[in-house]
Amino acid sequence: MSYLAYAVAGWICLVGLYGAITSRNLIHLALCLTVTQSSTYVLLLSIGYRRGGGAPIFKGTVVGTRSVDPIVQALTLTDVVVSVTVVGLILALALDVHTKTGTADPEKIAEMSG
Amino acid sequence: MTRARIRAIFAVPVLAALGVFLFWGLAGVPDFGGFHGRYGTIINHRATPERHTTNAVTAVVFDYRGVDTLGEEFILFAAVVGVVLLLRKGDEGEPPTAPVRSEQVRLVGAVMVGVAFLIGLWVIAFGFVTPGGGFQGGVVVAGALLLVFLTAGYRPWQRLAKERALDPLEGLGVGSFVAIGLAGLIASGPFLHNFIASGRTGTLASGGTMPLLNWATALAVAAANVVLYAEFLEHYVAPIFAKEPR
Repeated sequence: MSYLAYAVAGWICLVGLYGAITSRNLIHLALCLTVTQSSTYVLLLSIGYRRGGGAPIFKGTVVGTRSVDPIVQALTLTDVVVSVTVVGLILALALDVHTKTGTADPEKIAEMSG
Repeated sequence: MTRARIRAIFAVPVLAALGVFLFWGLAGVPDFGGFHGRYGTIINHRATPERHTTNAVTAVVFDYRGVDTLGEEFILFAAVVGVVLLLRKGDEGEPPTAPVRSEQVRLVGAVMVGVAFLIGLWVIAFGFVTPGGGFQGGVVVAGALLLVFLTAGYRPWQRLAKERALDPLEGLGVGSFVAIGLAGLIASGPFLHNFIASGRTGTLASGGTMPLLNWATALAVAAANVVLYAEFLEHYVAPIFAKEPR
């Protein structure tokens, strides 16, 4: 029984959330969000892993060769790329906040302090 | 005590409670390496005979779960539109001149741009035969174009990454994905149905609509990334270069 990969995913998720809660900078906050998000990639890929399985690509290997789950890989690969543009949007918002208020610290921005 | 400190102290028990539930839940998933999901196994066995493609992952992305990918593309598109709305000011202004003065850097850059661009196109083109695909290749292509900025300077980059060309390309990429889906709807019933003949396994002429969706996605992803780079460079890096002595 090996649960190390799942534990790593859980740990990355919690670390990212801790960073987001204690963040003092919007750019840092955006990066913490990507850390949290990447825990889902680790989790998906480790759930889809099959012991001794190769890549689910059958060029050069016979169809039916033991291979890992293709679904979770498809979900991960699209999200890795798309999340980059979403982070771009968050950073653009952070840049906009900075030009309007002169700071990137959520504590110092009146509209964001809770 | 600072507010951040107070937050950290509050965060620990909350995250600990979340962690307990998270690890409790994860303890119930199949043992690492012992996954027996039927769906993935069926696709691994059926993708090649059915669609004549040798990459099961790409078959999932552009065929079996194509609607999922369309959703992802809309997220990509919406995010890029958001960035453009926030950062694009309209006035082009005086373009900063900061040429890269080192001939060696320019030479290495010229080689790297070509090689990286070619690798990107290769990753896209063979995306449904060998590892790769439109998403991955699109990012590589965009990265290759960004090398122009790094090795040749801002002016050549600006000439390359023109808003007038990029915006229609981005729309064309996402739009043609929808158009191919609608063509499937008209030709054979379901939306995004693979209605083109599957072709010969292991060649570029295989997979039916997959190559088309693959290239549409590659265009959307590459254009999206180049738009992002262009907007951020214009607003953040350009003023720094403008201040440099000529």
